[in-house]
Amino acid sequence: MSIPFILFFVFALVAVGGAIMLIVAREPIHSALSLVLVMVALAALYLLLGAEFISAVQVIVYAGAVMVLFVFVIMLLNAGVEERTNYSQMAKYAGLPLAILLLFSLAHWMAHSAIGATVANGAGAPNQAAVSTRELSSMLFQKYLFPFEATSILILIAILGALVLAKRPE
Amino acid sequence: MSIVPISYYLVLSAVLFGLGVVAFVFKRNIITIFMSIELMLNAVNLAFVAFARAHNQLDGLVFVFFVIVVAAAEAAVGLAIVITISQNRRSLNVEKVDLLKF
Repeated sequence: MSIPFILFFVFALVAVGGAIMLIVAREPIHSALSLVLVMVALAALYLLLGAEFISAVQVIVYAGAVMVLFVFVIMLLNAGVEERTNYSQMAKYAGLPLAILLLFSLAHWMAHSAIGATVANGAGAPNQAAVSTRELSSMLFQKYLFPFEATSILILIAILGALVLAKRPE
Repeated sequence: MSIVPISYYLVLSAVLFGLGVVAFVFKRNIITIFMSIELMLNAVNLAFVAFARAHNQLDGLVFVFFVIVVAAAEAAVGLAIVITISQNRRSLNVEKVDLLKF
């Protein structure tokens, strides 16, 4: 049992536990905090996979900005305990087994696919990180320049849409 | 040097995605449903990073970057919709939003 294995299992357990907490929790604020837990654990797993830049972006943008937005809206709307309405029987007797089937078939397929046999060498040499981030940025601004500019337009549209939607009707 | 096989990451990604689907189906609060969508996006991101590592190419990381950007934009617009719904319906329960239901 090497160190990366132990780290992987610790963070994988934290991520899965956080996801289960998201489902079990009755209060939306508890769900939001457990989702932050999942995201931080995933950031650690990205570090283990040698993706430092993505890990930092995950913590800053996802766990930071997006989840703060969620918590802000939960506080703003004063969302309390989730109302327990009568579940449809379809959800209980067909949905749950189908969801578990989907989960296991996905896991089975991924575990037995050809790429699954590939061994990932995680955190490599220390200077590999800087090169990786540099190559990532040059790829982002050369090969993927047009999608990058398209996302900036998308964000502009999102700002306008959020403003129009959240405006109180006169 | 770590020797965690890629398949472990992929199975974890599948498990997280499945839990996201379960949360999406079972939760009744519209904000929690949005959060389960974010959970599914995160699971897909993990698969992207794992594949990028396996193929030793950086394109997957660029895709993760774009997914994060689009998810942030989606969260902003979606939460604005949530605020509008709660103003109109006085409730966050998705079963109360049934105007188009036959």
